[in-house]
Parts: sequence; C-alpha cells; structure tokens
Amino acid sequence: MRLIAAMSGGVDSAVAAALAVEAGHDVTGVHLALSPDRQTLRSGARGCCSVEDAHDARRVADSLGIPFYVWDLADRFREDVVEDFVAEYAAGRTPNPCLRCNEKIKFSAVLDRALALGFDAVVTGHHARLADGELRRSVDAAKDQSYVLGVLTARQLAGAVFPLGSMTKDRVRELAAERGYAVATKPDSHDICFIPDGDTRGFLARRLGEQPGPVVDATTGATVGTHAGAYGFTIGQRRGLGVSTGDQRPRYVLGIEPVSRTVTIGTAEQAEVDEVVTRAPTWTGPVPELPFTAAVQLRAHGTPVACTVSGTEEGGLRIEFGERQRGVAPGQSAVLYAPDADRGDRVLGQGTVLRAGERSAALHT
Amino acid sequence: MTYLDHAATTPMLPSALAAMTEQLARVGNASSLHASGREARRVAEQSREQLAAALGARPSEVLFTGGGTEGDNLAVKGLYWARRAADQARRRIVASPAEHHAVLDSVEWLEKHDDAEVTWLRVEPDGRISPDALAEALGDGRDVAVASVMWANNEIGAVSDLAALAAVARAVGVPLHTDAVQAIGQLPVDFAASGVDALTMTGHKLGGPMGAGALLLRRDAECTPLLHGGGQERDVRSGTLDVAAIVGLAAATRSAVDERGERAARLTALRDRLVAGVVAQVPDAQLNGPALDDVVAGGPGRLPGNAHLSFPGAEGDALLMLLDARGIECSTGSACSAGVARPSHVLLAAGADPARARSSLRFSLGHTSTDADVDELLAVIAPVVERARRAGMGGH
Repeated sequence: MRLIAAMSGGVDSAVAAALAVEAGHDVTGVHLALSPDRQTLRSGARGCCSVEDAHDARRVADSLGIPFYVWDLADRFREDVVEDFVAEYAAGRTPNPCLRCNEKIKFSAVLDRALALGFDAVVTGHHARLADGELRRSVDAAKDQSYVLGVLTARQLAGAVFPLGSMTKDRVRELAAERGYAVATKPDSHDICFIPDGDTRGFLARRLGEQPGPVVDATTGATVGTHAGAYGFTIGQRRGLGVSTGDQRPRYVLGIEPVSRTVTIGTAEQAEVDEVVTRAPTWTGPVPELPFTAAVQLRAHGTPVACTVSGTEEGGLRIEFGERQRGVAPGQSAVLYAPDADRGDRVLGQGTVLRAGERSAALHT
Repeated sequence: MTYLDHAATTPMLPSALAAMTEQLARVGNASSLHASGREARRVAEQSREQLAAALGARPSEVLFTGGGTEGDNLAVKGLYWARRAADQARRRIVASPAEHHAVLDSVEWLEKHDDAEVTWLRVEPDGRISPDALAEALGDGRDVAVASVMWANNEIGAVSDLAALAAVARAVGVPLHTDAVQAIGQLPVDFAASGVDALTMTGHKLGGPMGAGALLLRRDAECTPLLHGGGQERDVRSGTLDVAAIVGLAAATRSAVDERGERAARLTALRDRLVAGVVAQVPDAQLNGPALDDVVAGGPGRLPGNAHLSFPGAEGDALLMLLDARGIECSTGSACSAGVARPSHVLLAAGADPARARSSLRFSLGHTSTDADVDELLAVIAPVVERARRAGMGGH
C-alpha cells in the first residue's frame, strides 16, 4: 500500500512508520504542524509541533530513507480542536480534544488529503488494533487508545493502519532502541498538546476572561460560594471547589449552567447517575440493531461498565448503566465496546453525552 | 533524478572540486609565520586576487566569509552599527521586503533589539525595486544608516538595476549593500562599475563549496565586525581562513564568470522551453516575476535559470511532494525551521494574493541542466497538477 505515516516526533509514530516500511509498504512521512502559535515553529518552545518534535520525526524518516514533509494544519487544528475545546467549556461541557483531533484532523483533513494525493491510508502510532475493519483495544491495557479512536467511522477506519496494537509500550521502545532511534527514550506526552504547561484552567481563563458566578448547594439551594469562571469546573470534580459546607462530607460538581454561570455541587450520592442520553452516534462498523447490551467507557482511562443501549426519539442513544457512575459530563464521549476479551474488546461506536441522569427521574442538564 | 533546484545549491564545478581537494591535503594556517603558513597565505591571497578580478573588485575589497548568510548579516549590521556610531541620527534602514531572510531577519533584529527604524521599499509587481522607490524612501538620506537591495531575487528571478540604485544612494550619501548571491555566474556583475558599497556572494550557488563566500566591501566603507578575534580579514572579519574552501570558491567563481555568457544563453533557452512546455500542458499556469524576455539596463531582467510558476487551485507543497515522488526536485520557496512550507514572502511583497503565493513552484536550472531534465518535468507536470488540484487548498 501507499501510506502516509503521521509522525509526531514521538516513539510510537516512529516505530509505526518503521514497521510499515519493513512490511513492504511505500511510506511517506508527514509531520503535522498544529501549533496555534506560529512563533513556536521558529522559537522552539515546547508545544504540539515544536521544532524539536519536527526534527525528531525527520531524523527517523531520514534514517528509514522515506520522503518526509511537514503539513501545515494549524488553521484547521485551531478551528476544529482548540476553538471547539474553548467553546465546549464555555457552554459548560467537558470535551476530549484528542478524540476531536482524531475525528477532524488525523482521520479527516490528513486522510482526505492523503487519499486525494493518491495514497491508500494513514498509518499512526496509536495503541489500538485494527483488523478486518474491526477496531479493538491494544494488548497494553495501560496504553490503550481505542477510546480516543472510538469516534472514527467505518470509512475513516478503512483508511487507517495501526501497527502497534498487538504490542506493549515497552516493546515499542525496544523496537525503537534496536533501530537506533534517539526517540526510544523520549518521555510520553501526557498533557493536552496545546496546553503544554498542563494548566487547563489558566488557559481557559486567558481565553474566556473572568466570569464570576455562584456555587450552589443542590440540597439546600443555598449559595455557598463564588467562582471566577464556570469553565474552571468539570462535572464530578471534587478538588478545588473553594467552598465550605459545614459538614465534612466531600462535595462534587453536579452541574454547570453557563448562562447564569451557576456551578451546582452536591454529595457523592447526588453526583452519581445511572444513564446518559447522547447525540446522534457514530459507528465503527455496521449500524447495530437497537437495543443491545455492551460495555460503555466514559473517559480516556475510565473503567468500562456493562450497559444497555437503546435509541431516543431525537436520534441519539440512551445508555443505561449496570452500575451507577459518578462524574459524567455533557460533552464526554460514551464509547461502546462489545466485550470479547480474548480478542480485545471491540469498539462499536460512540455518542457524545447530551445529558446524564436517573432512569426514573428527570435528567440533569 | 531530475534536479531543478540549482538556486538552492548547484553541483560543484570539476575545476573547483579539484583545486579544493588538492588544497585539503596540505597543512598550513595562513596566519602562521613559518613556511607552511606562508604557503597557505600565498594560496589564499592568490584566490583573493582571482575572485577580485572576476568580480571587478580590488583584492583588498574581498573579505572571505562563511557564506551568504554571514555576508548579509555582516553588511547590514556592520554598516548600520558603524554609520550610527559616527552619527546617532542615522537610525533608519531602507530595505526591500523581497530580500532573502538573511537580510530581512538582520534588519528586523536591528529594529527589535538595536533601535533601528525600518523603511520597507515598494516592490514592483514583477519583483524588482525601482530607483524612484529607493529615492523616495531615502529622502535626504541624513537619517539613513544603510540601504539593502538584492541584485537578483532568489525566488522569482527579478533583476534590479543596481547601478541606477547605487547612484541614487550615493547622491544622498547612503551606503548601499546588495545580496548578489544568485546573480554571479548568471548576470554580468562588476563591483566597481556597479557603484555599490557592499556585495554579498557565496560559493555553492555557482559551483563552489558550501560554507564559503565573500563580502566585497569598498575600502572607504566603515563596517563594525560581527566576529572578533584574529582580525584576519581587514579587522572586519576574524577566523582562520579556510584555505581549501577559498581555493574552491575562487576557482568556481572564475569559471562561472568566464563561462557566464555561453551558459546564460543555454540556460535561457532551456528555461524558456520549460515555461512554454508547462504552460502548454497547464494552460492556466501563471509565470511569476518578470517576463522571460524582460530587459534591465541592457541585460536580462530575469535570472536565466529561473522559472517560477503558480498553479491555481493546487498547493505548492502538494505539487512538490508529487514531483519528488516522481524523481523531480524543485522548491516552494521558504520553509520555517520546523519545515512548514510558507507562501512566498517575495510574491506577497510584490502584491500577489496569498492563494497565488501558496500555489507556486520554483524550477531553477544550472550548469548541469539538460534538455532531458526539462523533458522529464514536462512528461509528468499535467497529471501532477491535476492530482494536486484534487487535494485542493484544504487544510490551510
């Protein structure tokens, strides 16, 4: 196949590209310049496409003897990922920018361009398995990235190659070291790439400004504190609420109402829900017949729980949990898996959470 | 491999390679007082004389440098510092926005860090600077430290009339620097006759080695050094002379200048065939820069080996990648240090819209170019442009 290898400058994409070359494919390396601040392209500041990362990617491509180019997707990334991230927080929701980047950048903008230029697919260093069109978890549970790929459609997966899903991260590093790549020991990236200092609240405060509002106790309806911006909170959050409620029981964020800027807090029991309603879902393969039973995962490194999935009149999904879940926020992706552990749980699809709540009661919004 | 990127670098000329490798085997520091040192100095000074003779300069006006970037930095910063030291009122720099980054970034650095004021020159739609624009920008010249206008543009090949520009600068007492990196070997360049005060040249654009060049600097031009040390080059530039590279530089320059007329005629014909062939296959392709038969001051108005074309609806970097995959090597202009292809700042300075600037490719011919190279390009350009158009302008 003729493949575009998306090379971030990290060890995973380096080894993925190498394995694609060694499997006999015709591979062209591409580093995506995504930084919303063009200056970092020249100044070498760390960020999603620092000069060092581009250099690291280029070194690997050069040693593989494959062509290598940098594609400037900064504008698309800013519009589809960064602005989306800010707008979602401003609306009181909790987005996952990595998932959005896979959906809109790597397997949309990049894949479309690759296909138009005559390539067959895009190969990345994601830790997930893809065989016969079925997306599955990586064998390395700690590094599994199937959650942030759960948004991909069958068409997008048809243009994706993930060579690393059947090996552990340690094995990836070994393969990099065997090939003499300097990135073999490069640390994993953890933070959101466009917030390299990890201070999400500070980033949002710079973008959205101070937006003070009340913190309200759900039980009493009393205002128990104030905050500088509801965007600084995530549903289910426990730390940093800055309020005192008299008793010693922990409080959690239950809801964020962006218009009145009200952050509602409550007890652990109040923070638990037993179902979510999502927007229109995406499916990795054939559209399953509703209702069905599955396992649902609500965040990138969350624990999957058994669930029953049915449809809503609005075309979304109703996902009823087998056990109550705390901290389920609108904006999160509910990724559905078919549990068949021996072959790696299969990703069925996902829906973006619209609201979470109780089966028998009105849903929280 | 079809190499159509001679403006980036061109293969070494056999005479330069032979002279350089012979010298590489010898020991001797040209600053040493013993026999080996004297022999190295003899060779370096002979090279200086050859280079000076080829370019219409006096040997004492030749300062060997580490290449074009150093020459541009030394001229712009050194002249600015020296002129301002002599008169604090001289804080203005007049420069073309279509310069190479070695000039542009030096000027911007002085603006940001050293109190300079910058007046950017108006660029003609074909990419050159008119004497009128320079006169207008200089005014009475009393507050101007230095002016810089390139002899021939590296991207779109536009040639300016440096003699006319130098006369304008001289009339108001402002030193004029010119980046002639692309001009030498393709155009007649005579330092003394041009009247410019400083001229940057480099070896690897004309068949010499990389990392070796020269700044031609008039004896009466005060220039503050960038590199301090042994003072080897008139106390304006320090550093042990790279004698082997200097021998290669001089040999290449002499050969490029001696054979210029014949080579330029051949490259012009080849370039014209390339442009006509591309336009025949991609009828809406647009030639950027001066017309192919343009004339400036009685000579070519466009670098003989330069073809710069825009392909509406296609991205330059997609075109480059598709041609690269077919063994054809060309350029989109500048890239940032991370490797992102940028819309040509030269085309933007000349008033082109950003889409046209992003959809452009530079094909540059040199001493090893042949009809077969042009044929290779013409065999693939139509499907490549069609394919790149399918990929569209998305993602930008």
